[in-house]
Amino acid sequence: MSLWVDKYRPTSLSKLDYHKDLAEQLKNLIQSGDFPHLLFYGPSGAGKKTRIMAMLRELYGAGVEKLRVEHQTFETPSKKKIEITTVASNYHIEINPSDAKNNDRVVIQGMIKSVAQTQQLDAISQKNFKVIVVMELDRLTKDAQHALRRTMEKYISTCRLILCCNSTSRVIPAVRSRCLGIRVAAPTADEALLHGVCKKEGLTLNQELAVRIAEQSKRNLRRALLMCEACKVQQYPFTPDQPVSEAEWEIYLRETAAAIVEQQNPKRLLEVRARLYELLCHCIPPDVIIKGLLSELIVNSDGQLKTEITALAAFYEHRIQMGRKAIFHLEAFVAKFMSIYKRFLDEGMAAMDFM
Amino acid sequence: MQQTTTELAGKKINMSSEIMPTDGERKSSSNVSVPWVEKYRPRSIDDVAHQDEVVSVLRKCLQGADLPNFLFYGPPGTGKTSTILAAARHLYGSDIYRSRVLELNASDDRGIQVIREKIKTFAQLSVANQRPDGTPCPPFKIIILDEADSMTHAAQAALRRTMEKYSKTTRFCLICNYVSRIIEPLTSRCSKFRFKPLPENILLHHLSAISEKENLDCDKQALRNIISISEGDMRKAITYIQSVSRLYNDKRITSERIIESAGVTGLYFSIASATLVIPDALIDSILETCRLNSYEKLDKIIQNVIADSYSAYQLLSQLHDKIVDVDELSDKKKSFLAQMMAEIDKCLMDGADEYLQMMKLCSHIMQQVCAGE
Repeated sequence: MSLWVDKYRPTSLSKLDYHKDLAEQLKNLIQSGDFPHLLFYGPSGAGKKTRIMAMLRELYGAGVEKLRVEHQTFETPSKKKIEITTVASNYHIEINPSDAKNNDRVVIQGMIKSVAQTQQLDAISQKNFKVIVVMELDRLTKDAQHALRRTMEKYISTCRLILCCNSTSRVIPAVRSRCLGIRVAAPTADEALLHGVCKKEGLTLNQELAVRIAEQSKRNLRRALLMCEACKVQQYPFTPDQPVSEAEWEIYLRETAAAIVEQQNPKRLLEVRARLYELLCHCIPPDVIIKGLLSELIVNSDGQLKTEITALAAFYEHRIQMGRKAIFHLEAFVAKFMSIYKRFLDEGMAAMDFM
Repeated sequence: MQQTTTELAGKKINMSSEIMPTDGERKSSSNVSVPWVEKYRPRSIDDVAHQDEVVSVLRKCLQGADLPNFLFYGPPGTGKTSTILAAARHLYGSDIYRSRVLELNASDDRGIQVIREKIKTFAQLSVANQRPDGTPCPPFKIIILDEADSMTHAAQAALRRTMEKYSKTTRFCLICNYVSRIIEPLTSRCSKFRFKPLPENILLHHLSAISEKENLDCDKQALRNIISISEGDMRKAITYIQSVSRLYNDKRITSERIIESAGVTGLYFSIASATLVIPDALIDSILETCRLNSYEKLDKIIQNVIADSYSAYQLLSQLHDKIVDVDELSDKKKSFLAQMMAEIDKCLMDGADEYLQMMKLCSHIMQQVCAGE
């Protein structure tokens, strides 16, 4: 019994539900038997991984689905041992070098060199290159990305890289210019896909609920499917006004934002801090927290203030990226917001009195 | 005797570094598609496009069969690496190339340890002034340090004395994008050459030559479009042209295929996505939304842009081009926005969140457009 997300993941390029012309072009690319390094970019839940796997399957046949987990160790120049878990088949290897933190350069160089230096044994029935799939390229350090640039050109005859990332801003231009970029946009019509999946499950889904789920999922297909499945567990048959369950932390975040708007004083700030800690403890990434807070806080503020607060959020989020401990910056954001908001309210009051 | 030891040692050192395919290897691998960037890399220094000063100096040097230490700098894709490789080929030919040239780049480990051991041992070896077959060749080796600006300062400092001490047997060629990142003592030991970005007509000439050799059916406008997005970078231009020809089987490159503007969501995989360029219509619609003075609408469009996975960095630079031409903004407002863009650029480079940065930018644009003086 697997989740719908995995159960209905398309396995071949022709079965993909959306971005058909993209699939067509990927097919063209593979049929010529060879392709350049590829850079898939798109938001999470848009189907990058699905497309990569479908492509590999098209290229190598069903063999790519026989996966095994490997543990590899690398040694840094300072003799520190790093252990990395990779998922590999006979034809491709998938790595997530961001596990290695600061030493990712060693991992990525070691990995590519070891793969690229082994030739495929049977070059007639197989392709004469292996594929390395690098996930989360944007989480690699700049150092590691620089290490990629020449390596990519040097070993082009024995291996191809498929790089995968959310945002191309964090990928250095030198790597971008060496790859064929493939944009995977998030699907726009989630509800049609939900209908399709429900049909396969033998369920009837009414249009209203589908639209609501699609809206709440914010164009993230994975989340939409999970939500839909959660709804089914809650109550079946579906009714149009059935509540779509939200994640607990989203509700919690909303309450936090409400608390900030309600009162602005040091005591409230302390309470908010406790709540922020709670969120961080549950592994909610700080940038998600700050974005969630922003979207709630912005509703309660005026035109001019909106710009100011957005700028604040952007400023502190940048600080989070640069700094070490997220809580400081989250708290600073909240405190700053409180002060601005309080001033705004007081001014409003003063104006009222004056009238 | 000395010759043989040198050759052996040279080979050993060269194992992990750049291997220059000989002509034989090149032919056998021709059915495997080679990136055109490699295929059309200039073979001799006379083929190097547009860098007349460097080429004329190099030609003089090659006639005298002696070289100074070089420092090449300039934007990417202007032919720095190609030039020195071509010069080295000219000096040594393909047979002793491997033993005479050591090429290290950012993907090789280049900490201070490597400078001390690998480069030093290679530099120490003295070589004969003739080839195995008796013809004369220059009595020195070349060490090419590509992407030298990514070397640490400690590693650069370790090079200083090495460069002078072994000047009898070794010449260095440092290649970098930013000369300011090379420490002063090194720059003063080299003769510096700046590589200029390539002008449009030179790029056009080369691209049409390539498309002719590859039997592509290109129209002139298409090539011009490629050139305008490649910003004087020959490598980018050639990669783009190869990408387009790969995506469509009929080997036709037309301007529509390069900048397709089939609406905002209709386009998934054209050269525009390969080059990360955002359709103009989308940029216009963002600016149009800014004029409406509604934060909610702006929020919506930015969320969609991010979900469509356009690169925020690209959006920033394209917005910048547009903002300059907006009439309703006074110079003062424009300069305010330009300053903000510079800040955001830095933040994006540091890895800040794209959505928040874009919202910051666009809400400020909105404020500036809608507010009075």
